[in-house]
Amino acid sequence: MSDGIGARVKRKEDKRFITGKGKYTDDIRMENQAYAAFVRSPHAHAKVKGIDASGAEAMEGVIAVHTGPELKADGIGDIITGWAITSRDGNPMKTGVWSPLVTERARYLGDAVAIVVAETEALARRAAEEVEVDYETLPAVVGAPDALADGAPQVHENVPGNLIYDWELGTETATDEGLARAAHVTEIEVTNNRLAPNAMEPRSAIAVFDEAEDHYTLYTTSQNPHVARLVLSAFYNVAPEHKLRVIAPDVGGGFGSKIYIYPEEIACLWASMKTGRSVKWTSTRSEAFMTDAHGRDHFTKLKMGFDESGKITAFKVDTIANLGAYASLFATVTPTYLYGTLWSGQYDIPAIYGTVRAVHTNTVPVDAYRGAGRPEATYMIERIMETAAREMGMDPAELRRINFIKEFPYQTQVLLNYDAGDFPTILDMAQKAADVAGFPARRAEAEARGKLRGIGYSTFIEACGLAPSAAVGSLGAGVGLWESAEVRVNPVGTIEILTGSHSHGQGHETTFAQLAADRFGIPIDNVSIVHGDTDKVQFGMGTYGSRSGPVGMSAIMKALDKVEAKVRKLAAHTLEASEDDIVIESGEVKVAGTDRKMAWHEVGLAAYVAHNLPPDMEPGLKEGAFFDPVNFSFPSGCFICEVEVDPETGVTEIVQFTAADDFGTIINPMIVEGQVHGGVTQGIGQALLEEAVYDETGQLLTGSYMDYAMPRADDVPFYVVEHGCTPSPNNPLGLKGCGEAGAIGAPPAVINAITDATGNNDLQMPAAPARVWAALNTARAPMAAE
Amino acid sequence: MAEISMTVNGKAVKRSVPDNTLLSDFLRENLRLTGTHIGCDTSQCGACVLHVDGKAMKACTLLAAAVDGSTVTTIEGLANGDLHPMQKAFNDNHGLQCGFCTPGMIMSGVDMVVRYKAEGRELTEEAIRHELEGNICRCTGYHNIVKSIQQAAAEM
Repeated sequence: MSDGIGARVKRKEDKRFITGKGKYTDDIRMENQAYAAFVRSPHAHAKVKGIDASGAEAMEGVIAVHTGPELKADGIGDIITGWAITSRDGNPMKTGVWSPLVTERARYLGDAVAIVVAETEALARRAAEEVEVDYETLPAVVGAPDALADGAPQVHENVPGNLIYDWELGTETATDEGLARAAHVTEIEVTNNRLAPNAMEPRSAIAVFDEAEDHYTLYTTSQNPHVARLVLSAFYNVAPEHKLRVIAPDVGGGFGSKIYIYPEEIACLWASMKTGRSVKWTSTRSEAFMTDAHGRDHFTKLKMGFDESGKITAFKVDTIANLGAYASLFATVTPTYLYGTLWSGQYDIPAIYGTVRAVHTNTVPVDAYRGAGRPEATYMIERIMETAAREMGMDPAELRRINFIKEFPYQTQVLLNYDAGDFPTILDMAQKAADVAGFPARRAEAEARGKLRGIGYSTFIEACGLAPSAAVGSLGAGVGLWESAEVRVNPVGTIEILTGSHSHGQGHETTFAQLAADRFGIPIDNVSIVHGDTDKVQFGMGTYGSRSGPVGMSAIMKALDKVEAKVRKLAAHTLEASEDDIVIESGEVKVAGTDRKMAWHEVGLAAYVAHNLPPDMEPGLKEGAFFDPVNFSFPSGCFICEVEVDPETGVTEIVQFTAADDFGTIINPMIVEGQVHGGVTQGIGQALLEEAVYDETGQLLTGSYMDYAMPRADDVPFYVVEHGCTPSPNNPLGLKGCGEAGAIGAPPAVINAITDATGNNDLQMPAAPARVWAALNTARAPMAAE
Repeated sequence: MAEISMTVNGKAVKRSVPDNTLLSDFLRENLRLTGTHIGCDTSQCGACVLHVDGKAMKACTLLAAAVDGSTVTTIEGLANGDLHPMQKAFNDNHGLQCGFCTPGMIMSGVDMVVRYKAEGRELTEEAIRHELEGNICRCTGYHNIVKSIQQAAAEM
């Protein structure tokens, strides 16, 4: 079947995007639409002593100015975090209160203080500048280690020492013993640089209040509209769920940043009710840098012990994670259960122990960003493996190979049970594709040109397919992480698949349709995917954590199973045959070994006409299913990066990048490879270019594309992408997920390549030319003295 | 207020708008041509690239009044019945994911192919990557965008 599983089907959704007919939130205009702008704190930390909005309110065309206390008085709830973490002393975590609009104190630059609603966008922004806020500035704390220092400014009164939790995982005594008996111990410190997600479409919201029906509609840039509705209803008290419809239309990228329900959506919904107008807000890029949840921002010290043969004896981790001013939706789980559980990497490590101290600072909240915890784990493990190999004089690939987990299922020392993988084969595949054997010659050739060539590895594993509901519930999650699907076969045989997953670039409209085309042998053009609207799809948990494949598509498979079962029963009845003899292929339902058959559309028609159904069969052909995975899925891979460093300038060029992945079964290789290309580029961006920087007073220095270096076309090469496959045994298709691998695996491969080129293992991200030049010259100094 | 006349996607349009109206707002809000996207506020991302009198420009940094009397082609006007070879190439090569940067990428791609052909220069991979310095994509890693432009360059 040309459109089925494994086919490189071109995307069905492309036409509207390549012709400019995509419909993103900001492209929508409602009747009676007004525009919102937000008054934002210009200080990282300040007491709000008073707000005088009279000047703004007097401007012609300004409809209203509303502040935090008004929302609070109206019963609008504070913003929640979705995962309760317990500290190692048994105490529950402590997080600060996050009101949608500031009630007393602004705690980061850009914290929203008031909403202004006006007739035009320009007027709303101008009026926001006329709102006079009396601030009393307070000392700010920006860096995560600084937040824990004695006497550090306190971000929240109820969070002493700014410590949200001090969490542990693993066994401390066994780990210390393992390190004590090690023949070699490698110790390093790594920072995982703070990133701004930068989906190209800025966040946007349109809130529409229908007074006659007491009903709200919210158009918004969301990765999970049903979760948004649930939270807006159950926690923020905007409206009961049946009186609130959330629509996430075309969404221009997410990468995690559009999972969360931000203050602006809440304020726009409430303001729509107060003003009786549809209220639209679209973020500027500078607002996006200030207010979209950032990612990463870890500071980690780690130790790894090895015996004489290079086998790992123990691994110990000490991390401080910056969660910013408030605990965002997935913020508390990202540096714990999405991070610590990956500390074993691809390796058989007999003893692991680590702690994570999460802190509040006067910076924008930090939350899940493409990979979420797993890139931080991968980065430090792969940096220490490479460093250890160099210290012990071993080939870095060989050190990995002797430590690889080789039998599955494998129970790690940090909760997870890996179900499938074949790490040596993937490493071989990557080495062959990267022509590692030819590297010495390439290095010599580069040297002749005055360039330093280096090679770096990253062998990584992720826990994806988020997530088994009972397991995450036992670890503190506020929700289950199943997915739902509904398959509607129309009377003419065309199919609509309703899914709780949300596509914001992932190509679900094509990939998901391939499942039905494959199952029934019908053209993919006869299958439509419906998503992103809480009035159309009953419920869903949305798209993040590489879950739309292993969880979302598994739900579709279950619904397809039910449709198929009914089709078989109906066809057997109509064709007077046994169900066991019914064969469905090429758009026909046949009785095996005979010429009796029904066209696919005749089955649909028979189900709806209902003139001749089996005695106990209901009319219609529509089935729904929920899928709750029994385990995470474990995509893995090996990336090999080659760089050339210019010793005069410190400029690094990525000259070759090879990605060999094991995503289990692949439905559409074209789309999966696209996910790898994009993820790897974000990883290269983190390694070489990107960093969200605040100065010591909490002013954001990287507030635009003039200061925050995004990867551009000439920063990256064509990629070599290879696929291995050990199917996941825990879902019907053997899927593992592919959305995050690139961003997870790439940063250490790049940094390991640069440190190989320069001969200095001490290098932090982003490896900007000045840093690389300094590392190079530090490394050279002893040689010069020899 | 400024009285503005221009030809947009082959149609003559005339509007009276505030003097400070940006071309991008004029197209999106006054003409409801929303294919021209706004992804930044510093003229860096290129989601708003369109053609003014046949040359690629960033609509977010042009006043509508500044292009009075000009001929403007936006992504909506690129296809002439059938898809333009550049549009087809983006579909053929999976040159887009979320689609937000895509209109700007396609309009920049068309511009560079036309320009290099007129100048008799070869549009190499390196040249394409260099020419895309004013267009940011967060989804594709540029791999398939470069492939798309290579295909279209061969077909245009």
